[in-house]
Amino acid sequence: MGMDSLIGGTIWDEYSQKVTDLMNNPQNMGEITQEQADEMGATLIIADFGAESCGDAVRLYWAVHPKSDVIMLSKFKSFGCGTAIASSDTMAELCKGKTVDDAVKITNIDVEMAMRDNPDTPAVPPQKMHCSVMAYDVIKKAASLYKGVDMESFEKEVIVCECARVSLSTLREVIRLNDLTTVEQITDYTKAGAFCKSCIRPGGHEKKDIYLVDLLEEYEKEKMTKTADSLTTGGPVSFTDMTVVQKLKAVDKVIDDNIRQMLIMDGGDMEILDIKENGEHIDIYIRYLGACNGCASSSTGTLFAIEGILKEKLDTNIRVLPI
Amino acid sequence: MRVYLDNNATTIVDPQVKKEMDPFFVEKYGNPNSLHAYAGETHLPLKTAMEKLYAGIHAPKEDSVVITSCATESNNWVLKSIYFQYIATGRKNHIMISEVEHPSIMATAKFIESMGCRVTYLPINNEGIMDVQTVKDNITSKTAIVSIMWANNETGAIFPIEEIGELCKEKGVLFHTDAVQAIGKFPVDVQSFDIDYLTFSAHKFHGPKGVGALYIKKGKELIPLLHGGSQMGGHRSGTLNIAGIIGMGKAMELAIDSLDFEMEDIREMRDAFEDELLKIKDTFVVTPREKRTPNTILISFRGIEGESMLWDLNRSGIGASTGSACASEDLEANSVMEAIGASEDLAHTAIRFSLSRYTTQEEMDYTLEVVKKAVIRLREISSSYAYAPEGYESGLDSHHH
Repeated sequence: MGMDSLIGGTIWDEYSQKVTDLMNNPQNMGEITQEQADEMGATLIIADFGAESCGDAVRLYWAVHPKSDVIMLSKFKSFGCGTAIASSDTMAELCKGKTVDDAVKITNIDVEMAMRDNPDTPAVPPQKMHCSVMAYDVIKKAASLYKGVDMESFEKEVIVCECARVSLSTLREVIRLNDLTTVEQITDYTKAGAFCKSCIRPGGHEKKDIYLVDLLEEYEKEKMTKTADSLTTGGPVSFTDMTVVQKLKAVDKVIDDNIRQMLIMDGGDMEILDIKENGEHIDIYIRYLGACNGCASSSTGTLFAIEGILKEKLDTNIRVLPI
Repeated sequence: MRVYLDNNATTIVDPQVKKEMDPFFVEKYGNPNSLHAYAGETHLPLKTAMEKLYAGIHAPKEDSVVITSCATESNNWVLKSIYFQYIATGRKNHIMISEVEHPSIMATAKFIESMGCRVTYLPINNEGIMDVQTVKDNITSKTAIVSIMWANNETGAIFPIEEIGELCKEKGVLFHTDAVQAIGKFPVDVQSFDIDYLTFSAHKFHGPKGVGALYIKKGKELIPLLHGGSQMGGHRSGTLNIAGIIGMGKAMELAIDSLDFEMEDIREMRDAFEDELLKIKDTFVVTPREKRTPNTILISFRGIEGESMLWDLNRSGIGASTGSACASEDLEANSVMEAIGASEDLAHTAIRFSLSRYTTQEEMDYTLEVVKKAVIRLREISSSYAYAPEGYESGLDSHHH
């Protein structure tokens, strides 16, 4: 929420002047023919990435010097929006004069930075960032064709958020180090999910192998398993880390071990109805059964005994509320 | 030159409409239901405006034309009320909409679905039109309501409302139609077809924004969406938007007066423009023009991504639209193109031109020249028309979308 999100964006107004100029008049748009490459004594590479059915496609032409691996000429053609065309143009420009190995190091973030009018203002609005990713992918494609290797061999990391180039290993580490539980927190810490939002959960613009919500779920399960393991091995587990079921079991066990015998001897019993977190308190709702129900001590001595032992054994913030 | 060809999104307010509204801000501002002379000044004009709205859709006096804030409110109201009346109570368990409804129906249906109602999304055929047969195949005794738009906003395709209404009546199922794109484009008569609810909105026919309506047939009353001080007979509370209602009334009157012009002159101008566009190589129109509203063209230019075409049009002062991926804030693909099953490489190339009675021949001639130049420039940039040596195999299968 907030005013900006209430008003919504006008995406073109957020383009830098450079993006606008390149869309109006792309500098490296064009083709390199086999004849031209031959005349230059260069190897012609033509790489395609994307597809019209996906909404954007780019074809990159390179004339590469076969001895030095230097990209002598670099041209593009693109089916896409203004950002896609301007990014492809900038990418083709950045390739010129570089060796193929150096060109592979150009990322979509470099392309976006190169299109900024000033270093602190993004060249395109967040939801357009993904249109620049293809400019990065097509370089890898061209390099893979030139070197006769797989595209994947250029990418050592699994990238979850391509717009901000945040890897799976970074995300896993940041989530665990900072005990993150929401997508908003991940975005605050890493910028992942801040742009086209496809990596947050299924159903976005692009299909992904793994989403931010999967990583949160993975961590959540990991924590649960860890707690459960500690409980079985008798290791130390904080009451607040337990799942609802584990909490219930733990409370029941304390009651069984310390209180229930006493109640039953007096012809009564009790049951646990609910456990709720209430600010810093953990409220445990109970109901007395049999003779306990209505007994004078049930709201004084017995109650203090129950609450006291639970505070001692489990958590000092526990309150016991008979209903 | 500036040319506005996005009239299916919103329209210019007719100066006569504005003039009619003007006194109701400073001079006459009383609440029409109050007990003093200030109220009297607004009560009669309100009545006149309501009569124009009733006349515009030929609604009998015993039925209700309830004023709302917009078509989105009207559409939400129908489906949510049906949910409370029929689904939540267990009397029915199913609703049907088309898969190309406006988001105000689509998103509301999805919400109701999340509350446990079964929702059928009826497909459209390769002409972008709904078949009555699909309604027939899916309707059950447990269907609470069928909601089908009268005309589609993207393609202008006109749906078989008469047949669907008949079928619903026969099966004892309620029928709602979103007529936002129909009013002012062709005659809309709620008595000649079996329509229980009908939505419309002033700003689509040269009225002001922020005012719409829901027609409700007698005996088919809904639970209010907005509870409050019993305005609109308790059906829709909230102090009446007097200026808006008076504006909508006048706009309706003018739209009805202009129907012949819309259906003949505008259609003629649209057809001539479309003929010229189709002379450009590799251009495609989906819905046959006789099955469309008279003002709308949805056309694909092969090899040109929709937003880049909008960019070039905008540089020359022309406002048109596209639902394709990159143009919209949320990156959604053009649902209509996808639903039609348009050949995949065309899904992102559709541009919509929508005319109005303010569109001139001169504007259309200018637009045609701009489009021709843009097609040349953008196809030169496009990878779809790019050079490759003989025997080159494109690696287009590697994308991850």
